Amino acid sequence: MDAKTGFFYLFSVVLLFAAFRVITARNPVHAVLYLILAFSQAAAVWLLLKAEFLAIALVLVYLGAVMVLFLFVVMMLDIHIDSVRKGFWKHFPLAATVGALIALEMAAVLMGGFRGMEEPKALAPVLDAAGQAIQHSNTKSLGKLLYTEYLYPVEIAAVILLVAMIAAIALTLRQRKDSKAINPSAQIRVRAADRLAVVKVAATQKPLPDEPAAAAAEEKKA
Amino acid sequence: MTLTLGHFLSLGAMLFALSVIGIFLNRKNLIVLLMAIELMLLAVNMNFVAFSYYLGDMHGQVFVFFILTVAAAESAIGLAILVLLFRNKTSINAEDLNTLKG
Repeated sequence: MDAKTGFFYLFSVVLLFAAFRVITARNPVHAVLYLILAFSQAAAVWLLLKAEFLAIALVLVYLGAVMVLFLFVVMMLDIHIDSVRKGFWKHFPLAATVGALIALEMAAVLMGGFRGMEEPKALAPVLDAAGQAIQHSNTKSLGKLLYTEYLYPVEIAAVILLVAMIAAIALTLRQRKDSKAINPSAQIRVRAADRLAVVKVAATQKPLPDEPAAAAAEEKKA
Repeated sequence: MTLTLGHFLSLGAMLFALSVIGIFLNRKNLIVLLMAIELMLLAVNMNFVAFSYYLGDMHGQVFVFFILTVAAAESAIGLAILVLLFRNKTSINAEDLNTLKG
């Protein structure tokens, strides 16, 4: 058993333990923390599979962004654990049966069909003109594939992320009744005529016909 | 004893089965349901990466890249819906979501 096999079993055991704790942890904060552990172990397994870029992307995107979002939401919500945990183990026999069936069947097929598939032999190093071996870079080959053959899917993925961002903001946006705020669009759309009304006012008032004396006195005062 | 493709695929299968059990157990707790879905996607990604390495084909890793993108979008929207739900119902119990029931 070489070191790589040992590391595989170490990461697998920790990964499965963390996944088990994610689904059974009483406190949701603990569940998120175990999920972080599970993702980091999966990244380590991917490193064994020489998928360096995806392993680092998993750490950066999942542990760095998505899990922090999960943690933020879990800590923001006031969860009544007791009502959510009521009858937790009620369906456990059925769940264990289904889960064991899935795992055993898949393992039987996969170990039977793919057990003989050994690790690919290391290819002979490609030499450049100077006779130096060209280093193979996982990120470089993935990037070449992404930006040539998969260019349009990459664009669509970017649009999906944009849609998700706008949808998340639009869902959680709300008008608060207890805070005063200006409405920028109404502010920009305002014109001078809306704010300032020019009213024609006669400079002098016409004397009323039935009170000539009062009108004359007023005229004298003015 | 060296590692074969079957080892990695079995790991993915066990992870997937564990998250299925998690969905059965945590059927009331929406936030743990979301986490179990994330674990399922991780199991699928594990299979893609394993196949990509053993068959020497980079296209599998490109697929994992896209799955990661969609999973990130999904969890962002899911958590936004969860926050909205909590604001309206002050609970994340999935059994309280019966207003559409006739």
